Amino acid sequence: MKKSYQEILEIGKKTLDKIGLRDGLEAKTECKTQIMVCGGTGCHSQSSNVLIDKLRAELKANKLDKQVEVFQTGCFGLCQKGPIVVIYPEGTFYSHVKPEDFKDIVETHIIGGKIVDRLVLDEIKADPNDGLNKLQFYKKQNRNALGLCGKIDPENIDEYIAFDGYKALYKAITEMSQDDVVKEMLDSGLRGRGGAGFPTGMKWKFARMAQNEKKFVVCNADEGDPGAFMDRSVIEGAPHVVIEGMAIAAKAIGADEGYVYVRAEYPIAVKRLMIAIDEAREYGLLGKDIMGTGFNFDLHVRLGAGAFVCGEETALLNSVEGKRGEPRPRPPFPANEGLFKKPTIINNVETLANVPKIILNGAAWFAGMGTEDSKGTKVFAVGGKIENTGLVEIPMGTTLREIIYDIAGGIPNGKKFKACQTGGPSGGCIPAQNLDTPIDFGSLAKIGSMMGSGGMIILDEDNCMVDVARFFMDFIVDESCGKCSPCRIGTKRMLEILNKICDGKGEDGDIEKLEEIAKAIKAGSLCALGQTAANPVLSTIKYFRDEYEAHIYDKKCPAGVCKNLIGYTINKDKCKGCSLCAKKCPVDAISGQIKSPYTIDQSKCIKCGLCYDSCKFAAIERK
Amino acid sequence: MADFVSIKNLEPLKQIIAKHKDEPGCAMPILQETQGAYGYLPIELQKEIAEALGVSLSEIYGIVTFYTQFTTVQKGKNRIGVCLGTACYVRGSQKILDRIERELNIKVGDNTGDMKFALAATRCLGACGLAPVMMINDDVYGDLSPDKIPDILAKY
Repeated sequence: MKKSYQEILEIGKKTLDKIGLRDGLEAKTECKTQIMVCGGTGCHSQSSNVLIDKLRAELKANKLDKQVEVFQTGCFGLCQKGPIVVIYPEGTFYSHVKPEDFKDIVETHIIGGKIVDRLVLDEIKADPNDGLNKLQFYKKQNRNALGLCGKIDPENIDEYIAFDGYKALYKAITEMSQDDVVKEMLDSGLRGRGGAGFPTGMKWKFARMAQNEKKFVVCNADEGDPGAFMDRSVIEGAPHVVIEGMAIAAKAIGADEGYVYVRAEYPIAVKRLMIAIDEAREYGLLGKDIMGTGFNFDLHVRLGAGAFVCGEETALLNSVEGKRGEPRPRPPFPANEGLFKKPTIINNVETLANVPKIILNGAAWFAGMGTEDSKGTKVFAVGGKIENTGLVEIPMGTTLREIIYDIAGGIPNGKKFKACQTGGPSGGCIPAQNLDTPIDFGSLAKIGSMMGSGGMIILDEDNCMVDVARFFMDFIVDESCGKCSPCRIGTKRMLEILNKICDGKGEDGDIEKLEEIAKAIKAGSLCALGQTAANPVLSTIKYFRDEYEAHIYDKKCPAGVCKNLIGYTINKDKCKGCSLCAKKCPVDAISGQIKSPYTIDQSKCIKCGLCYDSCKFAAIERK
Repeated sequence: MADFVSIKNLEPLKQIIAKHKDEPGCAMPILQETQGAYGYLPIELQKEIAEALGVSLSEIYGIVTFYTQFTTVQKGKNRIGVCLGTACYVRGSQKILDRIERELNIKVGDNTGDMKFALAATRCLGACGLAPVMMINDDVYGDLSPDKIPDILAKY
């Protein structure tokens, strides 16, 4: 049934009576305890859905299912410690919860009123209540775009409405002119969160000014940067925020139709987005005459098919049109000639997730956070060699050191930090001496990297920087669409040189050749994929030239990664003859007698390193 | 794993085409759903689609070969995808892939002789907290090490 705005407000109020206790409000329904279980991709893959079923069944068996309810939420961000469970009203934070823990949670926590100690992280052992504010991981964060992730059931529109959902849309439609909405976005200083950081308000302004009776709004949810998963989490955690953001954009430019282009690799996000669109249509928040205001807007979903270049806006448009996803030359820019040749704005998921709050709280609120160059907050996906892999949302201007050490807990296993890779295959590696750089668009560009979509991969002393550069170049060669030759041929030549260096066949002059080709690709490529393709190589040469030189001149891989440049031997004095390495060796290259030193048959050894990793006596040496 | 329709039965294809034919830019959803039903997109099916949409076969073939998720050959029953996203790569997913290649005696992109497994290297699956990660069909396996591989494969 279609709803008026008054009815939407009433739904929100009624729902808040029940779920407001998550925000510290008084519980006004008989459901006094709410168990939130993370249903994001990371936790889901560790059977958090099974846990939910078991909790519900156990509560029912104890006739507690009215007073205590279980909710599946989106991502809490602390993926490393998942599956995560938070129990309100106390906000008790449990981590690493397995399906078989359901009994303890119900018997000990719910019925017994005691904390299940073994599910509490050491850091908050003394008092696990209100964990989302107490844990070091959350303390310095400011969750805006991720604000509702973990707080609501993403498959229930009423919960979104309860926390001010669709109020911004109503305000934009009824109280603001198109120019007002555009001005609010311009004043907020919001810059695109998908890569290039173009001011969102400017995009909207150009599309607003374009003369055409048909315009489109497109959401770019083709999150292709490896290691970035904030867009997936926003859609999985609060899909309606994207729908509302798109509808506001449509109002601003005068569009009545939109497309969400989402990766097919994200099945949970796709499912929740579809549910959300159906719910919004049912309430009349999408479709004709939204909330009785006369405003029309509807949405379609298109799935990607595994092409990284489709994250580039013009390639994405071609893909939505059912063509090969090759980029178009610009101009004309999509704001003038975009989808099906109509004026179009394309915004990324995280960008759109900021829109409703900016409209509700005002541009000044958003512009009050961040730096001169970059306003607001930004979500980073921190991964790789880091204690707490997960999603971190911080005000722009926070330093890398704060993110890596204060929030994400530093490098595990006592290893040494080597570099932080930002911006995915278009970005660069930032070395230790730049850890105090405040993160914003300008500062990252200055040190040879970029914001990109916010992927942040931490590398430690065991990672070879030449190998990492080779990894990204391999990715680019695979994903170059082939339309323009500098990118298609140039990246291939660079990969060949990098492979040569990693294989121990590097020659004097290779580094210079890499730099020369990089320049040509940068200058001559049609789209951002090519223009930035050489960044990982250039930044590693800039900061880790010694590693390149060690490979080329000394035929050594200092990190011990490149197989042709390393070998394993057993130190006879240290070997206790425990036979563990021989058992681990997948090719039976290690032999010997128990309790006397073992040896490695070099002709059989495939240099997989399993023996090195498994030896408890450090008897295996890598050279 | 779902059983796929034989390419001799064109009825499901006709339904898919009829469902999307009038949408602008319908080629992608038609190809995606067709592959979902038949498991792959051999030239015979591409011809049918081109004819129904009134475009040349080369246009459809061009789309099919552009996107990595489309395949023109049949894939093994259980699809293994080892994540080679950056977070997994720096935590050693190449070693996982090497081990599976050796265990199954195939290379990335191939099927086993009995069509039991198909092995692929995938882009980031977004489960970076569990790195290194692989998927077999819809099951995600995280926190892998090479010696966990034989036991996992034995389940299938």
